[in-house]
Amino acid sequence: MTAVKVISPGGYTTIQDRGRFGFQNMGIPVSGVLDAFAFTLANLLVGNPDNTPVMELTVMGPSLEIKKEMDIALTGAKMGLRVNDSPVEQWTSIRVRPGDLVTIGQVQAGCRAYLAFGGGIRVPEIMGSFSTYVGGKIGGFKGRPLQKEDVLETGDFPLLTRVRAIPESFIPAYPSEAVIRAIPGPQAEYFDTGLKTLFQSEYSVTVKADRMGYRLQGNPISIKQGMPKSIVSEPSMPGSIQIPADEQPIILLVEQTVGGYAKIATVISSDLPLVAQTTPGDTLWFECVDLKTAHALILDEKNRLHAVKTRLEAL
Amino acid sequence: MGKKQEMPWVWRLAGDTGLIVEFGEGIDPAVNARVRSVAAAVKKTPPDGVIEIIPTYRSLLLVYEPLKTRPEKLVNFIEQFDTAVLDEDAGPFKRVDIPVCYGKEFGPDIETVAKTAGLSTEEVIKRHAAPDYLIYMVGFTPGFPFLGGLDEKLFTPRLKTPRMVVPQGSVGIANNQTGIYPIASPGGWQIIGRTPLTLFAPRRENPFLYQAGDWIRFIPVSPEEYARLKEKEDRS
Repeated sequence: MTAVKVISPGGYTTIQDRGRFGFQNMGIPVSGVLDAFAFTLANLLVGNPDNTPVMELTVMGPSLEIKKEMDIALTGAKMGLRVNDSPVEQWTSIRVRPGDLVTIGQVQAGCRAYLAFGGGIRVPEIMGSFSTYVGGKIGGFKGRPLQKEDVLETGDFPLLTRVRAIPESFIPAYPSEAVIRAIPGPQAEYFDTGLKTLFQSEYSVTVKADRMGYRLQGNPISIKQGMPKSIVSEPSMPGSIQIPADEQPIILLVEQTVGGYAKIATVISSDLPLVAQTTPGDTLWFECVDLKTAHALILDEKNRLHAVKTRLEAL
Repeated sequence: MGKKQEMPWVWRLAGDTGLIVEFGEGIDPAVNARVRSVAAAVKKTPPDGVIEIIPTYRSLLLVYEPLKTRPEKLVNFIEQFDTAVLDEDAGPFKRVDIPVCYGKEFGPDIETVAKTAGLSTEEVIKRHAAPDYLIYMVGFTPGFPFLGGLDEKLFTPRLKTPRMVVPQGSVGIANNQTGIYPIASPGGWQIIGRTPLTLFAPRRENPFLYQAGDWIRFIPVSPEEYARLKEKEDRS
């Protein structure tokens, strides 16, 4: 049933789940949330099954008029959440009622926040996912970011019997300087001094940073003498760091499928949320890690999330 | 197993959830056939933990869940295939006819292509519509086919400044490649015509008309025929 009306949509608000898998061979990028950690916790807070669609908010949050009694939760970037003009904590479940006004302000730390609704936002499933792919005009709410006057529905869902809150120790800080771990990429052999440059310099996030990719600015990374400047087009991954002709790295994200530039390294899955939580002007350093380390970190994160889940459900 | 020894497969790490296997160098129909046949075989019996199988010109990307499988396991799995046997299983591939209205407002760059080639626009159309084009891969945007087999006379460099919006259905040329824009998107290819067909229909039971390995032939149609077909498409 009708759950919220959009009073103002914020900077860039889309409906996302974990992504649309199985169609990259047809040119459909995975889309989905950029910060899977914050997304998972948002759903946990309101009692939703994992991978329930939520709103991904960017830089500036929306204002929403609540139409039904339900639990909501805001995780990810710190954005200044208010219900009827009273400040409310993030990373906790919040009971809202018809007529309430939820306003989410300008980002104070991080870049993207996740707003979950008990029962999940109801939008049509397209090719196995609820995620919005704006470039292809599919998924989410009418294949586009939310606009003023949009009215969204959520599923029928039991209210929580008690408030749920994420323990302080699990809440990321979202600093404006981040160390991003990366594995040498599929075309690492195209670079010699370039690898050193990447792993020993600082890079700043430019204004060209969105769900397709983050363009960085810093010491130029040159391709080895005698190596071609481009490659035969091949698929990219979220986290692929490609080096185009201007020698400034681009971290490709979730709305990209194939590319023709050499990829020097790939950001590990566990650090993609860190990238997605930086904004233009922030500083990134890259640290080289091996595959084993990256896989161990994925297992760590799974265990961490499991620990939070156990704790929340036991409260 | 002889073929495999002649041209060793190269494995590359695409981060902590992706593995690329390269079957050869450059853009070559034989290498591409090998990519597609292995992709088809893997798709038939996908190993646990594999969530994407993405064939491109000369390589295949497997996206996997590291908590469900190990990269070494996937390498072993892929290397068991003898492509000589697989080629038959991958087909048969179909040919898809794509009606195209060439020139005028649908193909603003056809004069450029004609001038570059030293041909009349009629001759450009004739040559572009002559071959069966192999779909090497699909990507960039939903359903965008990268086609091989363009007449050498028609090779034309990309536009100096890409367009912000290329209309849906536009047929273009970029150097030795030709392709179709299934959705409106930015693009730098020389646009010579437009098809009335809907190449990407997410709600259709099969959202796409073709896949990598299929063949495309362009059928020239008049503006009247274009309008009639377009109306029919929009109604369905």
